[in-house]
Amino acid sequence: MRWISVWRRNMLVWRKLFAAAVLSNLADPLIMLFGLGYGLGALLPSVEGMSYLAFFAAGQLCTATMFTASFESMFSGFSRMHGQKTWDAILYAPLTIDDIVAGEIVWAASKAWLTGSTILGVVVVFGLASSPWVLLALPAAFLVGLAFSAVGLIMCVLARGWDFFSYYMTLMMTPMMMISGVFFPAEQLPAPLLAVAKALPLYHGVQIVRPLVAGGPPPDLWLHAAVLLAYAAAGYTLAIYFARRRFSS
Amino acid sequence: MTALSARALRKSYGDLEVVSGVDLAVAPGECFGLLGPNGAGKTTTLKLCLGLIEPDSGEIELLGEPVPRKAREARARVGVVPQFDNLDPDFTVEENLVVYARYFGIAKEEIRERISALLEFAGLAGRGDSKITTLSGGMKRRLTLARALVNDPQLVFMDEPTTGLDPQARHLIWERLRRLTQEGKTLVLTTHFMEEAERLCHRLAIMDRGRIIAEGSPRALIAEHIEPQVLEVHGPGYETWMQRAKGLAPRVERVGDTVYCYGEDIEPVLKSISGELSYLHRPASLEDVFLKLTGRDLRD
Repeated sequence: MRWISVWRRNMLVWRKLFAAAVLSNLADPLIMLFGLGYGLGALLPSVEGMSYLAFFAAGQLCTATMFTASFESMFSGFSRMHGQKTWDAILYAPLTIDDIVAGEIVWAASKAWLTGSTILGVVVVFGLASSPWVLLALPAAFLVGLAFSAVGLIMCVLARGWDFFSYYMTLMMTPMMMISGVFFPAEQLPAPLLAVAKALPLYHGVQIVRPLVAGGPPPDLWLHAAVLLAYAAAGYTLAIYFARRRFSS
Repeated sequence: MTALSARALRKSYGDLEVVSGVDLAVAPGECFGLLGPNGAGKTTTLKLCLGLIEPDSGEIELLGEPVPRKAREARARVGVVPQFDNLDPDFTVEENLVVYARYFGIAKEEIRERISALLEFAGLAGRGDSKITTLSGGMKRRLTLARALVNDPQLVFMDEPTTGLDPQARHLIWERLRRLTQEGKTLVLTTHFMEEAERLCHRLAIMDRGRIIAEGSPRALIAEHIEPQVLEVHGPGYETWMQRAKGLAPRVERVGDTVYCYGEDIEPVLKSISGELSYLHRPASLEDVFLKLTGRDLRD
């Protein structure tokens, strides 16, 4: 449990920069949610039996969680590892690179969870959720955060410079957001694209959260959760592998 | 019982062997210096001793623990001052110490009691709430030293502790390091400042191209490797004069347009200096030993 001291270090920085951190993590997704949700919602009939605003809110909860997790593990992680050499300093103490990787992943997932749960709060306050089932979106958001933090940290420990992250953002995250059923039901996609979406984590997050917002248990809950967990576990294992390689040379 | 020992240590990166069979033995309470030009393998040797990288072969024992196998246990009782400061810029002076102590599993209450002593030691009393960005280079260095002491270590590694500091800041660091040896802590430092090594280290090893090429106390090294008197001569006509000097001093060498004469008794050479030649007569120093053993070629 030594990784907790790494988590607590990041938490302390976050507390000191609270206002800026919350603004950047919440303002963007909320502006997007209400801008698109109300605007498009006025034109659209209900989607899958929900108002478009509620439909999109479920997708946006997952997307915002994905972005917070990815930004924290990639950009902030790289800044700590490469720019500030914070990881080097921690390694002089009785911690190993494995502890740091674990602390960073759980931290980024925690921060992402906070984004997700705040959006959930907005969903509830605006009456977009109709039953207590929606509370299960809290652990779901953490799982989404964990999956993207772990993958993001692989990118972090592989990166040689800041530019590296734009490949992942542009080639992975943006297309993933488009095909994962955030803005429209993924089932409308051509079969090959839907297959790609199903192989990626964001789709499964949306498949869990949307039924919860609608007010019932998600079909195939354990399958979707298992995919997210698999991404988290594989990401963690690979991040440790590449981090050890980076720090042993 | 040694505080740190290494036997037949080797480490390669690709085709380049950075550490080629290093043996070290540092006694408890000793201040041990590792000297060498850039790229000699000093920092790699330190990293190997801390268990941050694994040797290709060889054995290391740090405070009785085999490294890298039990490096974590060893590091719990060790402090490190790295070559480049990596203090946490988001934190104040005090927060840096509190957060760092947590990595050692030291609770806030426990470290709070020691913080004023650590800040006093670092010459930062009353600056606990200062931001790192407002500190001078010397202050940051001293805070890094204080941070290395949060776990009350038995041994402190220091990688070029005074590089980049002005003389005032450097002397203050030296004074603090002497205090640490008086408290019985073992210090292992790398440096390429001969003056620093001569003043601080009880014993030192000169390292070059991955090997240790000489070892001993500063005085013993000077006595063993170099004549006690040195005369540096330069100016118009030095080449002609050099021919004469060769008959008067046991060892004469030329570097660029300066002639170095080394000997037990340098008086005859001194008397032969005439005309517009400039000279400097001084006792031999560790730097002369260093340059004799590692050569005068640039190492970039």
